[in-house]
Amino acid sequence: MSEAFIEREDALPAAGTAVVSAAGVTRRYGEGDTAVEALRGVSLEVQEGQLSAVMGPSGSGKSTLMHILAGLDKPTEGGVKIGGTEITRLSDSELTKLRRKHIGFVFQFFNLLPMLTAEENVLLPLSIAGEKASTKWVNELLDRIGLSDRRTHRPAELSGGQQQRVAIGRALVNRPTIVFADEPTGNLDSKTSEEILTLMRESVDAYGQTMVMVTHDPLAAAIADRILFLDDGLIVKELGHVEAHDVITVMEEFGR
Amino acid sequence: MIKVALRGLLGRKLRTTLTALAIVLGVAMVSGTYILTDTINKGFTTIFTQSYKNTSAVITARSTISNSNSNAALTGGFPASVLTKVRALPDVGAAEGSVNDTAKIVGRNGKTVVTHGAPALAFSVDPHDQRFNPLTLVAGSWPTGSDEVAIDSAVAKKQRYKVGDTIGVIARGPEHHYRVSGIAKFGSVASIGSATMTIFDLQTAQRLFNKEGKFDTIRVASKNGVSDAKLAAEISPVLPAIAQVRTTSAEVKQETTNVGFVGFIQKFLLAFGGVALFVGAFVIFNTLSITVAQRMREFATLRTIGASRRQVLRSVLIEGLITAVIAAGLGLFVGFGLAVGLDRLMSSIGISLPKSATVFATRTVVVSLALGIVITLLASLRPALRATRVPPIAAVREGATLPPGRFAFLGAPLKAIIAALGVALLLYGFFVHHISTAQHLVAMGVGALLLFVGVALISAWLVRPLAAVLGWPATKIGGSAGRLARSNAIRNPGRTASTAAALMIGIALVTFVAVLAAGIRSTVHDTLKETFVGDYAVTSPDGFTPFAPASERALAHLPSVTAVSGERVGDGRAFGKVVQVSGVNGDVAKVIHINWVQGSNSTPAALGSSGAILEKDYAAHRHMRVGQSFTLQTPTGRLLSLVLRGIYKAPKGPPAFGTVIISQQAFDAVYPQPTNIFEFVNIRGGATPANTAALKHALASFPDVKLQTESQFRKNQSRFIDQLLMLLYVLLALSIIISLFGIVNTLVLTVFERTREIGMLRAVGMTRRQTRRMIRHESVITALIGTALGLVLGFFLAFLVTQALKKDGIGFAVPTASIVVFVIAAIIAGLLAAILPARRAARLNVLEALQYE
Repeated sequence: MSEAFIEREDALPAAGTAVVSAAGVTRRYGEGDTAVEALRGVSLEVQEGQLSAVMGPSGSGKSTLMHILAGLDKPTEGGVKIGGTEITRLSDSELTKLRRKHIGFVFQFFNLLPMLTAEENVLLPLSIAGEKASTKWVNELLDRIGLSDRRTHRPAELSGGQQQRVAIGRALVNRPTIVFADEPTGNLDSKTSEEILTLMRESVDAYGQTMVMVTHDPLAAAIADRILFLDDGLIVKELGHVEAHDVITVMEEFGR
Repeated sequence: MIKVALRGLLGRKLRTTLTALAIVLGVAMVSGTYILTDTINKGFTTIFTQSYKNTSAVITARSTISNSNSNAALTGGFPASVLTKVRALPDVGAAEGSVNDTAKIVGRNGKTVVTHGAPALAFSVDPHDQRFNPLTLVAGSWPTGSDEVAIDSAVAKKQRYKVGDTIGVIARGPEHHYRVSGIAKFGSVASIGSATMTIFDLQTAQRLFNKEGKFDTIRVASKNGVSDAKLAAEISPVLPAIAQVRTTSAEVKQETTNVGFVGFIQKFLLAFGGVALFVGAFVIFNTLSITVAQRMREFATLRTIGASRRQVLRSVLIEGLITAVIAAGLGLFVGFGLAVGLDRLMSSIGISLPKSATVFATRTVVVSLALGIVITLLASLRPALRATRVPPIAAVREGATLPPGRFAFLGAPLKAIIAALGVALLLYGFFVHHISTAQHLVAMGVGALLLFVGVALISAWLVRPLAAVLGWPATKIGGSAGRLARSNAIRNPGRTASTAAALMIGIALVTFVAVLAAGIRSTVHDTLKETFVGDYAVTSPDGFTPFAPASERALAHLPSVTAVSGERVGDGRAFGKVVQVSGVNGDVAKVIHINWVQGSNSTPAALGSSGAILEKDYAAHRHMRVGQSFTLQTPTGRLLSLVLRGIYKAPKGPPAFGTVIISQQAFDAVYPQPTNIFEFVNIRGGATPANTAALKHALASFPDVKLQTESQFRKNQSRFIDQLLMLLYVLLALSIIISLFGIVNTLVLTVFERTREIGMLRAVGMTRRQTRRMIRHESVITALIGTALGLVLGFFLAFLVTQALKKDGIGFAVPTASIVVFVIAAIIAGLLAAILPARRAARLNVLEALQYE
């Protein structure tokens, strides 16, 4: 029904297996007359090793979609699968286990623990799960995020870009099935944003890391393999990899 | 996760410190109490043990009434011939007889040294044989001959007596003068408290205490290989009926039971430790609740990266545990200092007890640590559970709120039920009569606890109206800052309520004792005024130690004196119980108002050697009617057959007499060492400066007494109420200080939380001064809310108690002045608590505050 509006462009790379999929997801807030429909029926699949960007104006439902895909929020209707597991009916402790293995997060405001060092922040998901990382992997990861010489610094001693690098390291450390990034450049200046986007792209390429990014930054969307446009709770357009100015053009199509 | 918790604490040093302090003081109170009372107990035990060094068995006079240290004075000893018989026994290695009694030292001010109820010990020492002597010389030599005395080092120091000085000592009658031959101390005891010691040689002591040819104690050492029990069994048959033998350990045990009051002091002080910990628990609960609310994003982030609820719970509890361990450990040692403070405090109201070297028992460590840790953990349980309810989505969403817990729907009724349960238990504790004292106390204690918790919970609903009223002055004085302060106070009613609740507890208890004290004071005042109708009163300098009756005879010789009545005091046994016995003369009704039920003011004069007077209720319970007879047993074992001659009704306040009243004549016949507790005098012309001078002159040679006019006497007799009240205030002040830390804590956290808002206020023109004022007013409003709730609760509790004690004549009286002082103190406390947070708020850099994430 509503998917009929979706304009598919055949620019996808060779399709792998779907690691995240959503089917007919709706999300209603409130009841009766005051009810607001944030999502009105969204279905999608995210392929392994793919970097997807979800774009849309504020209020389009893109954040809600990400929250539901990541198991932070529950859909009113529809289902979400991560790595083949239906997550919408999982209990709190089952979701916790799922997060440990399969999900990484990158936040707009970094959300680092201020009392831990950069390295400790990166390793936190493992220590919470009671696992140990190999020194080789930790060194490689810290090298990758460019903080080998800052591993003992506290977040307060790091710049915004460096903090986001730590956050990316933290999201990657347990090699999750999928990393969700919520406006990862939303709190950074343009130069730093570029560095962070490069790092994210590199991580996807180097580790085959699947990633879903919510953003309203065309430059951010331009690093994605695939861009989904949301408006008014529906996916209204899907593109393959495009340059930033093309993203802007598409955005202007929606008149926003 | 442990690391997260540890680092979290280190990252919030001020908050952690303030939280910890709340527990440190409570734990210190507990450990300080144990340290002090253990040290006192050890002091007593050491004294008793060392008194019988090298001794296998102890022979003492048998007392039918077990009574503390005045046994010797009460019994009058046993024949010295016992010693010869004992020495002749086959297993006796050595035996030595001595006299021990009481004798007061005259101080430099010409009055007897006040011992605050501690004994003024006197005993004989053999200057040539140190085998049984528990004392060691500090200076000089042991006394020899009838004009020498040795005294203890503490009194020597306090009164600046040196070897060679002349010193006055009062034993039975007038003052005797001696040369100080030496200064001695009790082996290894650090202090004998406010007790004093005079030491004589045997003959001097026997003469001084009218015990020629008598001993009070014989210390016996056994021959090698003979057990103490065997020796005692061997001695027992040769003793006359009035003497008894005990093994040394049995004797020490017996004497130790006489200092059971130390156990009472311990429980009394521990109760205040409990209150302090309870208040501390509120502070910790509140601080952690706020902290958890402020760290929602942190917990949510932890959840998104895979932390389970259990892990979040554990991390908050570990934080609580670490704080608790550090705080309890610190409190344990602060207890050393507090023990000294408590000792000073008790000394200041005249309770000074012997002390050994400081005792730090394992029990002190275990109980203090366990209490501190358990209470902190209990207080952090709910905040920790709240932390587990933070949803992961709070990591990405601004202003996420906690979902209500599973039992939230129970909230309102539960709060009311807790408070109601508290009231019910209080009523049960106060008004149900057939339960034991322990049950009463537990019901009252738990009841009060529940009531406090219940009211604290309910008070969240009261914050809004209370702040509206109590914040009104702030809006007038503080302008817009004051208005903001008032709105800030009601912004988070739960938080304000629980911050105020900590102070509420302290204020409630202070109010409670103030109201009760006012009631007791007025009852005591009325009773004293009604009862004591003489012109002058004579007591010992401290007002309650019995003294030799010699001064009574001296007063009677004055021509202008129209009546003198000394009241003898001693213990006896009647109707199977130990009772206090009073001996009065025929003038008693002239100086003490007696409310006769049967008999008249001429009855006392007609008591003779066998008449007695009893109190109405006492007589009624024992079915005694005038003309019937009963038996009184004296400490020496004498049986006195008495006939009831009169019945009076005792006033509701402090009684003027002991349980059984007999004549002085009868008293002096059976008590070997009669003493007076009061003497009352009527004189022609009443209390005038001239009469005062004349009486003082007549009493000049009696340093053991103090002359007071009747009104001075009344004041002195009720002084103990004020002393006790001061003691209670000081002890409760600790809880109030702890609650202030709570206010500081909440405000510091609030300022932190409102950083951006305060930055905005500053940006739109609020001055630093106004910022400080805003915080200060909020602090004062919180303090006033706590005070208002506390006053109401305090009045309520006092009302219950006065209702329960109605028959004892304790009325409900509002101590207006005290209440005003409390309110002012609360305002000052609020201002003090605001200093640090207000400074922090004013110091905020506007730009940084606005950019603050």
